[in-house]
Amino acid sequence: MRCARPATANDVTILSQNDFPDALPDFRSLGVMARVLVGVTFAALLAAVLRAASPDEIVDQMLGMAAVLVPALLAALAALYVAGPLLARASYPVGLTLVLALGGLVTFAAWALVALRGGEVSTAGALRAVAFALLLTGLLAGYFQLRARAFSPALAEARLQALQARIRPHFLFNSLNAVLSLVRSDPRRAESALEDLAELYRMLMADTRSLTTLAEELEVTRQYLNVEELRLGDRLRIEWRTETAPRDALVPPLLLQPLVENAVYHGIEPGIEAGTIEVAVYRQGDRVHVRLTNPYHPDHQHRQGNRMALANIRERLALHFDVEASLEQGVVGSSYEIHMVMPYRRSRA
Amino acid sequence: MSDGIEDAPLRIFLVDDETPARTRMRELLGDLAPRLPNLVVGEAANGREGIARLPETRPDVALVDVQMPQMSGMELARHLAQMERAPAIVFVTAHNEYAVEAFEVNAIDYLLKPVRAQRLEAALRRAVANGPPDTTVLGRATHGPRRFLSVTERGRILLVPVTDVLYMKAELKYVTLRTPEREFLLEESLTSLEQELGALFVRVHRNCLVARRAIKGFARGQDAEGDGPGWAVLLEGCDEPLPISRRQWPVVKQLAAA
Repeated sequence: MRCARPATANDVTILSQNDFPDALPDFRSLGVMARVLVGVTFAALLAAVLRAASPDEIVDQMLGMAAVLVPALLAALAALYVAGPLLARASYPVGLTLVLALGGLVTFAAWALVALRGGEVSTAGALRAVAFALLLTGLLAGYFQLRARAFSPALAEARLQALQARIRPHFLFNSLNAVLSLVRSDPRRAESALEDLAELYRMLMADTRSLTTLAEELEVTRQYLNVEELRLGDRLRIEWRTETAPRDALVPPLLLQPLVENAVYHGIEPGIEAGTIEVAVYRQGDRVHVRLTNPYHPDHQHRQGNRMALANIRERLALHFDVEASLEQGVVGSSYEIHMVMPYRRSRA
Repeated sequence: MSDGIEDAPLRIFLVDDETPARTRMRELLGDLAPRLPNLVVGEAANGREGIARLPETRPDVALVDVQMPQMSGMELARHLAQMERAPAIVFVTAHNEYAVEAFEVNAIDYLLKPVRAQRLEAALRRAVANGPPDTTVLGRATHGPRRFLSVTERGRILLVPVTDVLYMKAELKYVTLRTPEREFLLEESLTSLEQELGALFVRVHRNCLVARRAIKGFARGQDAEGDGPGWAVLLEGCDEPLPISRRQWPVVKQLAAA
């Protein structure tokens, strides 16, 4: 467990603030690369337009710049891809300085290469190219920072929502009542049920801003379902298809558990007959797939909570994985299905 | 505390969809037995089971969970209230949000889970003293329309899903309720039924409500008042055309166009 310190009232006040830590973007993410490429190309186009004396000159300017820009940009992206995990470990100021230095360096190298071949070497040209690169790198870093801040309320909200769901009297009091029913007849089971409840609450009060491992997320989900099984008995059937799940994959915390909770709330509780929730987690190439299926009750009115949980998970997937993650949901025959796809990132541990 | 109920054990019926909750309730009632002799005469895991099993066990009190699948505890209580020897009801709930809002204080007794033995004892004694709850109060406390209508026949409660009903027609003292299979007699007023189920039924005549989804067409027929030609509504699964009054014709026609 990451959180050895007991949760205090302070944790709750922190929830309401958007204290997102400054961090560099994930340079191995396709979305980040695409944004860098598009951003730099547009900046170059803008520079070409500004520097051109006549409209005809724009193309020439663009071509002249591309000779330096394209190799520099590709070299920088490749270097960042390789150094990404190392940079992520450094503090934000150190990481940002390194990235700026890298931007300047590759631009200078590319310029030098072109200049040597062309034979025309001017210090002013080199300075201009490097200054342009530094400015652009700085602007892009600022953009990624703003983007992360824009998404950060979603992180605080996830914790708040999860807490509110847990504080939902229906779950808490019915669970306590179920534990009470075991105290006399099966004290050992009562003990383990209370332990599950405690672990579950500890996880919910922990920090949700950083990524966790799939193994940990599966464990929280299991603890949650243990408590629900106690309460709902034979009505709740769970089929785990997680044998091939990549347990070291990094995922946003509270990703699976709230979805499974929705599945119980909308799929199992409204039914008299027993229902099955299927949790399938597997890896396909460099993608992690999560499939969740539960019985669908069309006449059971869906409450606001469901959509809120889904919207929040979507936002957090976008923040962490950008365009590489997706979440689809829908009714297939008599069941409701959620299919989530994320890139497979391994934890460093 | 001696108030006459010690003579024979209090007969109690439990309705809760969660098995551990019923187990817990039995334990508490066992603890109370020396002070308040009682006997659990039956149990049910949902409303329909409750309706099938409760009448023959002749309980004095039913302890009913509010949040249950398919039929809420409130609706169950409404169906039970029309029994000849209706039991007193004590509601049990984990949600006090509902309780505080909709339960009329003192009119309906409820306990919060987890239940304490002392509170249970007090609620049981009060329930026995007050007798079965009033159906109109229960109606006000129920969220949304009922999903079933109920009739008593030979001491048993029959449930008719609202979605099975083709039409309801006011007779002298009763309302006749017609399903594709048969007719039932309901002891309720057509006006209150219209208020509750207005989203699913439309009034075609002063004395008749028809299910909107059952309407398959219209036919020229005798006017409802018998003076000249008029319109009648044809229903799926019912051979008999029902006359539409002149006053209701514009409303029904608009519905058919939509």
